Amino acid sequence: MNAVYTTRRGAGAARLFKGARRGLGYLVLTVLALAMIYPYVWSITASFKMDRQIYNGNPLDLVPRPATLANYVRAWTVVPFGRFLANSFFLSTLVPLISLSVSALAGYSFARLRFRGRDAIFVALLGVMMLPGHITLIPNYVLMRYLHWINTYLALIIPPAFGSGTVFNTFFMRQYFLSIPKELEDAATIDGCSTLGVFTRIILPNSRPALAALAIISFKGEWNAFLWPLVVINSMKLMPIQVGLSYFQGNIGSSWGVLLAGSTLAIAPLIVAFLFFQRYFVSSMLTSGLAGK
Amino acid sequence: MSARASKLARREALTGWLFILPLLAGVTIFTYAAVAYSAGISLTRWDLLTPPRFVGLENYANILQDTDFRDCFLNTLFFVVTMVPLGIVCSMGLAIALNRRLRGLSFYRSAFYLPSITSTVAVGMVWLWIFNPDQGVLNAFLRLVGMANPPRWLESVLWAKPALVILRLWQASGYYMLMYLAGLQGIPTELYEAAELDGASGWRKIRHITVPLLSNTTFFVSTLLIIEAFNIFEAIYVMTKGSPGGSTNTLLYYIYTRAFQSSPPKMGYAAAMAWVLFLILFVVTLLQFGARRKQEEVGL
Repeated sequence: MNAVYTTRRGAGAARLFKGARRGLGYLVLTVLALAMIYPYVWSITASFKMDRQIYNGNPLDLVPRPATLANYVRAWTVVPFGRFLANSFFLSTLVPLISLSVSALAGYSFARLRFRGRDAIFVALLGVMMLPGHITLIPNYVLMRYLHWINTYLALIIPPAFGSGTVFNTFFMRQYFLSIPKELEDAATIDGCSTLGVFTRIILPNSRPALAALAIISFKGEWNAFLWPLVVINSMKLMPIQVGLSYFQGNIGSSWGVLLAGSTLAIAPLIVAFLFFQRYFVSSMLTSGLAGK
Repeated sequence: MSARASKLARREALTGWLFILPLLAGVTIFTYAAVAYSAGISLTRWDLLTPPRFVGLENYANILQDTDFRDCFLNTLFFVVTMVPLGIVCSMGLAIALNRRLRGLSFYRSAFYLPSITSTVAVGMVWLWIFNPDQGVLNAFLRLVGMANPPRWLESVLWAKPALVILRLWQASGYYMLMYLAGLQGIPTELYEAAELDGASGWRKIRHITVPLLSNTTFFVSTLLIIEAFNIFEAIYVMTKGSPGGSTNTLLYYIYTRAFQSSPPKMGYAAAMAWVLFLILFVVTLLQFGARRKQEEVGL
């Protein structure tokens, strides 16, 4: 191979060949990337189209002619979309907050505090992560009925805050705490700090990257949660966005412009969050492997 | 141990227990007790209105006779055998394509990863319209490139399942791509340099170095893909409700409809089916671990 390109002109040709291959690579990747985001672009633009254009126009035409906000206005007035979004914001903040508090405490205990049975409990918790969620769906639904929690925020908050996601967060935090040098804590203990003091004043401030990554993943998980809220909520006032959207589809189903407006509203906050916190999303994935499920 | 030291140890143990208490209590109620309770429910006939009636293993015996269950199982199996290998190929391919010095790398990575963070419910609605046989974008494109009679996708018994596979691959590939990207970081560049000296082509380097050295990641990715494919639900709920002709009815969707959409609800039967699904998953995972061990023995 090398012998062919010994002359100056040969070297130029090789460079050209390499450049062309590189260019082709970029072209393929760019086409692929555009194809991946095309459904978003299409649905966002279509949500500003009149139904007439959606049904009869050329589907490959991305430009709304004319552009209208009517779909959003209808989505907002026919069902309480604002309420759905507010519910989801509320749940996607509160549930991760509880989950992270619970798992940071437990994770610290598993990482640093010594007591009998600790490792056995830890292994037993490992099993929870491997258990498929559908096995607890029916019994927990029955439990919610028994507690009269159906159609309450409690059903949307408490079981998810103590679900397998929280167990995963605990593992993640434990691993992270183990990587913090122990000398840091020892110094504080010698200065007379209690365990809780060490935890809140030394450990937590040093764990910001891990907490941020988990907060974002949990936010995403709650925002997209579907099956559990679908089962325990049937009052429109309490529906989180995904359940509200599917309820909307079942009842207003035929108007596509409105549905796409609703779906855009359900997707947009996550895309915005993603663009802002992209680094955390990706780095948490790369370091943990398991996260985000 | 001195009295002071043992007092300190006792304090530490107490704090340790207190710190794990909230987690332990929650998991005990919503997982451990729930699992036991679910096993109990599966031995009853229960419509939630009248008290449950103990029927022993009757539900399990009925499952074996239930042709709907069998069809759902076969449908689910279709998703498993298509989504797992295709998911591996797509996500590994994307990762290998991105694992080089690229201008705009983060743009490509984000574009591929984005679909995996947006909810299936919301994007399912978008894809419902993309797959629309007459006015949808996909068929408009296929006609443009010269296909006279493109598939009728979600309306066709033959194409509804592949359509859902396309949607799920679009959604999941970027997520697993990130795992493969992490795996690729662990392959020493010297291996490629050595192969280049031996005159190996790009394709052969991928086949003989990259793919074998990624086998750990592949094992992990395939485990997650299997679980995902067995539990496919949201796409079905939003896009097909099991139609056409029951061709996209999957196990989890069937369980859901028996428990929450049939009147009277069949809680006992649904719980028993959930256990059977769990058992199937468990066996598949065991087989997979076994296969992995054999692979490791031959040095992969």
